[in-house]
Amino acid sequence: MRIALFVTCLADTMFPAAAKATVRLLERLGHEVVFPTGQTCCGQMHINTGYQADALPLVRRHVRTFDPYDVVVAPSGSCVGSVRHQHAMVAAAAGDRSLAARAESVAGRTYELSELLVDVLEVEDVGAYYPHRVTYHPTCHSLRVLRVGDKPLRLLRRVRGLDLVELPAAEQCCGFGGTFAVKNADTSTAMLADKMRHVLATGADVCTAGDASCLMHIGGGLARLRAGVRTVHLAEILASTEAS
Amino acid sequence: MTFLGMPARAPRGVGNLRGDESFPDAARTALADPQLRRNLRHATTTIRGKTDRVTAELPDWQELRAVGAALKAYTMAHLPELLERLEERVTAAGGTVHWAADANEANRIVTELVRATGQQRVIKVKSMATQEIGLNEALAAAGIQPVETDLAELIVQLGRDRPSHILVPAIHRNRAEIREIFLREMPGVDPALTDDPPALAAAARRYLRETFLSTPVAVSGANFAVAETGTLAVVESEGNGRMCLTLPETLITVMGIEKVVPRWRDLEVFLQLLPRASTGERMNPYTSMWTGVTAGDGPQAFHLVLLDNGRSAVLADPVGRSALHCIRCSACLNVCPVYERAGGHAYGSVYPGPIGAVLSPQLTGVEDNASLPYASSLCGACFDACPVKIDIPAILVHLRNTAPHPRSERAAMAAAAYTMDRPVLYAAAQRAARLARIVGRRGRGLPPPLSGWTASRDLPDPPSQTFRDWWAAR
Repeated sequence: MRIALFVTCLADTMFPAAAKATVRLLERLGHEVVFPTGQTCCGQMHINTGYQADALPLVRRHVRTFDPYDVVVAPSGSCVGSVRHQHAMVAAAAGDRSLAARAESVAGRTYELSELLVDVLEVEDVGAYYPHRVTYHPTCHSLRVLRVGDKPLRLLRRVRGLDLVELPAAEQCCGFGGTFAVKNADTSTAMLADKMRHVLATGADVCTAGDASCLMHIGGGLARLRAGVRTVHLAEILASTEAS
Repeated sequence: MTFLGMPARAPRGVGNLRGDESFPDAARTALADPQLRRNLRHATTTIRGKTDRVTAELPDWQELRAVGAALKAYTMAHLPELLERLEERVTAAGGTVHWAADANEANRIVTELVRATGQQRVIKVKSMATQEIGLNEALAAAGIQPVETDLAELIVQLGRDRPSHILVPAIHRNRAEIREIFLREMPGVDPALTDDPPALAAAARRYLRETFLSTPVAVSGANFAVAETGTLAVVESEGNGRMCLTLPETLITVMGIEKVVPRWRDLEVFLQLLPRASTGERMNPYTSMWTGVTAGDGPQAFHLVLLDNGRSAVLADPVGRSALHCIRCSACLNVCPVYERAGGHAYGSVYPGPIGAVLSPQLTGVEDNASLPYASSLCGACFDACPVKIDIPAILVHLRNTAPHPRSERAAMAAAAYTMDRPVLYAAAQRAARLARIVGRRGRGLPPPLSGWTASRDLPDPPSQTFRDWWAAR
């Protein structure tokens, strides 16, 4: 299958390892990955901070960039959530009905990585090997906006060598929330403290998730504490093999 | 009447919809209080567990939510007719209906009604609407003593405190603190009072029974008002509300105009949704309903005050109006990770939590509660928990779009959008950001407002190459 990668601005700039792993994984499974270079950012930060007018050209660019492709994947539940639930709304609010219709159409063809693997490519065992104790944080937008359910867990359970440990109070937000982490830094930190407490209680070496943004938050807190627990994107675990 | 523009917002200088501090500042105080954090964590975790159990056991819970949402949407679309119908039915049943455009008018109406009875004290049923308009303060200023009879509201009133939860106003207090408040403030309290919950409840009961028997005027709110029959409903779990609704000679009910429901049978839906979503009970313990006055039974004078106080302005906003669907169950508070840590007082309004963050700014105008739409990580737990499916995250995002923005943020956002709409410029900015991170201190120390991040979190090490550079070189 020919799959267009929507890399997301955060993975592109700060976490290219997650994006490269997505490419490696999909190519290993026999698919063609293309990277439309006109892409930049989905505009979620602007939309969620109250700047819909500024987000409009970004929505237009995103729709124009990905409209030619049948299947689009992003290694982020949050960015796919924005594409699926906000782009058409921003276009409609600006009175651009044709853009809204095209945004709906692109949204219908855009998948978060675990959705693409399990629902579209119908694969759970991706042939990965990852000999570590891992706990999974189901990010809010994957869980409650996209409803990915246990798809990431089904993928992780089939990874050889991986010891999957359940995260207590997993469904609670880590406190990131985009600009929330800066505008309400104290409340955000209190939420992060509880998330880290639960991660550490599992005894895992690695905390994984389907969103680089939440992992940047949890990982930033764990690093500050020198906790010795790494955050690794789900794509990187699924891309790992005994050869790598 | 001539319509000359947008309906009025809730007026300033009266009521309890605006805080003195911004949410982040007020939250800081609560976050540093270990006792408060423990009380909130314990209480919300307990209620969440109960609610999860009793909603999961209903096979038609999702259908009930959908019907509840549809009934509310219908009600908002037909509000003027339904309110006129309600007025007609209540009047026909011997009650008197008063229309209050705002808090000042409602307070004046209630004060005059109490004055007309010649009484100097009123008993009160737990009511969000009267807290919203500051009725207790208005009555006290007129020389009338309001006595709260809901146990938690009584604790708050005796403690000269503010409610911090819609349903459990004293959720921030534990039993040791409640004992102290009773010993200090409750008339005639036994000095040997312990902090055993039954002993605390018994002390409140003794005090309240005397008050019930000696006070002939009551003020209540309403959970529902049926337009079809003119029936008012109050839903509570102690029975103290029923005392107030049945014993006095005069009953005055203050009700937000959005509380009307079209038909009697609509209560079937809401009386299933409300107790399960709010307290995790299958059936509400005390549901009191009355229609006007009944000769020889209950209050012989009944007044219904219909309160707008900004609600018509909320109704005028196609996205924001669903905040008026709220049935005040508090499910969104109980699941909110921000509420659980910051507590109710941080919201500065009688409506705390996620619903408060969308309701208060709309009632007052967003400029008067500009930090509230941002008091959420948009995690979506509130939307999932809401028994009438209010999409609170979507309303928060909508309100953020109309909130006043700091000038520096506005400039930064415009610059970011400009760059992100130009891939060449964007790639250059990515490289510049990477260089700045390598040259600058690693992990720690960013200038404000980004210092909020680095105060408690490291930044990741910058990668040697962006993805798009890697792809281009591949």
